[in-house]
Amino acid sequence: MKKLINEPADVVAEALRGMAAAHPELRVDHINRIVYRADAPVAGKVGLVSGGGSGHEPMHGGFVGPGMLDAACPGEIFTSPGPDQILTATRGVDSGAGVVYVVTNYTGDVMNFEMAAEFAAAEGIAVESVVVNDDVAVMDSAFTAGRRGVGATVLLEKIAGAAADQRRPLAEVVAVARRVNQQARSMGMALTSCTVPAVGHPTFDLSDTEMEVGIGVHGEAGRRRMPLQSAAAIAEMLVEPILADLDFTGGVILFVNGMGGTPLIELYLMYGEVAAILSKSGIVIERCLVGSYITSLDMAGCSVTLLKTDVDLLSLWDHPVNTAALRKGC
Amino acid sequence: MNSFDVGTLSAWIREFARLISDNTSYLTELDAAIGDADHGINMTRGMNSVLAKLDETVPEDPAALCKQTAGALISSVGGASGPLYGTFFLRMAAALGSQTSVDAATLAAALRAGVDGVMQRGHAEPHDKTMVDALGPAVDAFDEALSGTATLSDALRRAADAAAEGRDATEGWIARKGRASYLGERSAGHIDPGAASAAMLIASLSSVTAGG
Repeated sequence: MKKLINEPADVVAEALRGMAAAHPELRVDHINRIVYRADAPVAGKVGLVSGGGSGHEPMHGGFVGPGMLDAACPGEIFTSPGPDQILTATRGVDSGAGVVYVVTNYTGDVMNFEMAAEFAAAEGIAVESVVVNDDVAVMDSAFTAGRRGVGATVLLEKIAGAAADQRRPLAEVVAVARRVNQQARSMGMALTSCTVPAVGHPTFDLSDTEMEVGIGVHGEAGRRRMPLQSAAAIAEMLVEPILADLDFTGGVILFVNGMGGTPLIELYLMYGEVAAILSKSGIVIERCLVGSYITSLDMAGCSVTLLKTDVDLLSLWDHPVNTAALRKGC
Repeated sequence: MNSFDVGTLSAWIREFARLISDNTSYLTELDAAIGDADHGINMTRGMNSVLAKLDETVPEDPAALCKQTAGALISSVGGASGPLYGTFFLRMAAALGSQTSVDAATLAAALRAGVDGVMQRGHAEPHDKTMVDALGPAVDAFDEALSGTATLSDALRRAADAAAEGRDATEGWIARKGRASYLGERSAGHIDPGAASAAMLIASLSSVTAGG
């Protein structure tokens, strides 16, 4: 294992220390492991809290700031934060207007946020949870834990953050967030596995001539392993199941995401391939996002997310946002 | 031995922590195959936190010990295992009430309450390929042994055997809950890491009462 670390066990704590040093506009509670925007709670504004295992940077800590999240709760690498951590963040962002949890659909995240919501409700804080489950690689059936929350999480945090920033009430922020989740679908693939620092070697073996299709964001293997193919063929393989799952006729936001170990030049190449397929299918790309925003440590690979838009979602997408990892319109 | 006090339960918790610590890599390797390669690391961190609290304070009664253990696990494990093991010990605490000495029937009821709590929190059923597949057979075997003529330690040994069989049975199954379920049929051929750590929970309870 070659990584820029000191001790494997200290990676999360030391990364948070660096983040606090780099971004004075954030307030980092190192004891409880919470990244707040420095001015939280913001009077009259619905608070947005997300969190999950570390290793997906810049998600979620990099999305804390005006126009997006009020607080993020990073857990250990690929491990959900605990309920008391989430509860502390909830208290720290609640201005009385209520709090929305953005929860990716993984067993651990769902359970920990569920317990935190129960504790917060007992304290009289109005909490609503929005569960993100946009990954078409997983069959949504009684035989799985349900679809994973992947790329749509980034788009949802941006758009719900804008709605909260516009001082929309709790119910409306929740409705917008749920609409984003319902109208978004994603599919990912990996060229390599990733190495969890505390483990020290790649989570799975993948030879130079193979790829994994249908991966999530935790270094877990995908639905199937197959021979490596061209970018054009991979783009088809990612887009086809997305279009088969939901009618995207009309406008979309297209998000081509890197898994952490893939350079931007390859992501733009993939963006071109995906855009060409969408154009042939009569789908108009209204807005886009290209880059590594929801990652799986050093995994090489990419994911494609499509969000079916409307006038309201587009105006929320265009609303100013100022965070460490996403900044526009300001 | 025909009853439990807080000393026996502390010994159980310490023995469970030792088993988890000795098997950190094994549990993490199982998890790497069908999950996200952190079960051993997370459980070890959690049990270290449990031991740190136990070194500070030995609670007065078994229920308080279970509650203290639950709190340490919930706040330090994270992932799915934190709430699941935490809920197990919280429900045990509730079922134990304020007794200082726990007889076999009360222990059986408390373990059953713990397993029911895990099933509720995780929405898991038998054969989903989860820790329930070790814990469920264990409490069934414990109840069955107690309804016969088995001593407490014999009954716990049978429970530990049933947990181990349940753990081994998960190897052939396709996961229907947790991260392993994303793999579909590729999850078959691997023991479930949660079932493996849960079998250690029952094995440690059996070993601290062995021969009594």
